[in-house]
Amino acid sequence: MAPQQEPAERVRPETIKAVPVRHPGRWVTAAVLLVLAAQFVHMLVTNPAFQWAYVVDNAFRPPVIEGVRTSLILMVLAMIIGVVLGIVLAVMRLSDNPILRGVSWLYIWVFRALPRLVLAILFGNMGVLYAEFSFGLPFTEQFADLLGVDINGTLFSVDATTLLTGFMAGLLALALSEAAYMAEIVRAGLLSVDPGQTEAAAALGMSKLQITRRIVLPQAMRVILPPTGSETIVMLKDTSLVAYVPVTNELFFQLQAIGNREFQPFPMLVAACLWYLALTSVLLVGQYFLEKRFSRGTGEQSGANRAKTRLRIMKGAQ
Amino acid sequence: MTDLTKNADAGAPAEFMVEAEDVHKSFGRVEVLKGIDLQVKPGEVMCVVGPSGSGKSTFLRCVNHLEKINSGRLWVNGRLMGYREKNGRLYELRDREVAAQRRDIGMVFQRFNLFPHMTALENVMEAPLRVKRRPKAEVRTRAEELLERVGLADRMGNYPSQLSGGQQQRVAIARALAMDPALMLFDEPTSALDPELVGEVLTVMQQLAADGMTMMVVTHEMGFAREVGDSLVFMDGGVIVEQGDPREVLADPSHPRTREFFSKVL
Repeated sequence: MAPQQEPAERVRPETIKAVPVRHPGRWVTAAVLLVLAAQFVHMLVTNPAFQWAYVVDNAFRPPVIEGVRTSLILMVLAMIIGVVLGIVLAVMRLSDNPILRGVSWLYIWVFRALPRLVLAILFGNMGVLYAEFSFGLPFTEQFADLLGVDINGTLFSVDATTLLTGFMAGLLALALSEAAYMAEIVRAGLLSVDPGQTEAAAALGMSKLQITRRIVLPQAMRVILPPTGSETIVMLKDTSLVAYVPVTNELFFQLQAIGNREFQPFPMLVAACLWYLALTSVLLVGQYFLEKRFSRGTGEQSGANRAKTRLRIMKGAQ
Repeated sequence: MTDLTKNADAGAPAEFMVEAEDVHKSFGRVEVLKGIDLQVKPGEVMCVVGPSGSGKSTFLRCVNHLEKINSGRLWVNGRLMGYREKNGRLYELRDREVAAQRRDIGMVFQRFNLFPHMTALENVMEAPLRVKRRPKAEVRTRAEELLERVGLADRMGNYPSQLSGGQQQRVAIARALAMDPALMLFDEPTSALDPELVGEVLTVMQQLAADGMTMMVVTHEMGFAREVGDSLVFMDGGVIVEQGDPREVLADPSHPRTREFFSKVL
């Protein structure tokens, strides 16, 4: 025990004024990076191959704007279908029923194994498999043959070419593939929620659907959203793959078409880069606000701040 | 003091609020409950004590069918929990029917289990709004009233992460009361709290008991059992070793196992 001192004798010590630790390594790295960046910008400006005037003149032509519109619509629809189907698959995967679990596992296995480019081309050629799509009772033809009677179980049918237009084929390829990835993301999110939450809600008499919708999903969203944001950005870029279905009115195809027609492919590739950069930036802003909305009740720190704090702790207080 | 409870059940009052008959429960090959018989009368406060692993929490979770029992019968308010008995055969109830049975039974958990994405007020309003589908204005008034009674009038807009453990547990009690339960189950409600916060939760529970609520309390707070409890059950190894008036059992336990346990915790 330290001896008790009279409070009057204690004087507040002066504020510490110490020489801070120098970080020469950081300065050298920063200088090198600055030089490299300057060189890059210089190249962008001076290299005649970029033809900036041509890029600006052609990057906003009506077919390109139409292409941007198609790509965005494709992205939004593919993500909506992908997320909804992904939630269904994730819930199936966590079900008690082994058949539901198995089907979900099989779906995810197949669609994660196949490259989107291959899927896009495959769906573009679906017309080979079926001349028409009919909806009705399953296996009626086979049963009719077996029993030697005539049953028509078909409710309605559509020509494959009317249903599977290029756009539909491309959309399906992207959406079905996305669903497999989203299923894994959603499953991880659902599993991250404390089982005590489900119990508390069940004890209040809430139904399974209510528990999932009101209690579990909103909390899982915090885990689901960041990777879904990345998936959306990937999807925006992957809309360029449907050019191979072929879907001719999407962004990348249009820019390439102009470039090829006018023997200026490189500037149009640069224009494509700039378009994807701009659109992705808009998505990033949207992601920021969505994540903020779903982090309600989890403290004020954003993800970036948390990472910074962790880094600071690792390095010791500065 | 105003009445914290509201008896919502209009049916004929059952003789016992909880009645267990030879209840067994196993997890895999481990038998956790080895034949529990007990009755809780309406308005009674029963405290269940015992060492960890004795099966007391498991039994409490069987009462509202969070756990399925393997054999025996369990009635709450005269209704067989989880099953329908017809012509000598048991039929499992549908999820919807089990949910309906749970509406009259409030439960408070050791780790609070508040919904972290909702404010205190939203936590209390959730079940009456979604399960009972009561009008929002009415639910809100009642929720505010309940939060006021547990001493959290100035904390209604706070998220659980902004509340202390004691405050969270009081919100959890208000949330359970919002469904106007006939029975309240407390699963070690103060075990996860800092010692200085235990008192505020016990005070709310004591007030609830004084208002006539039927309560089953799994706890290590022997003081609460003595002061508030109408009956005390000592469980060990999946069976009830001893039960009776808490003051008598605590002062003079008849079974050696009970004596040994109390000598350690008192």
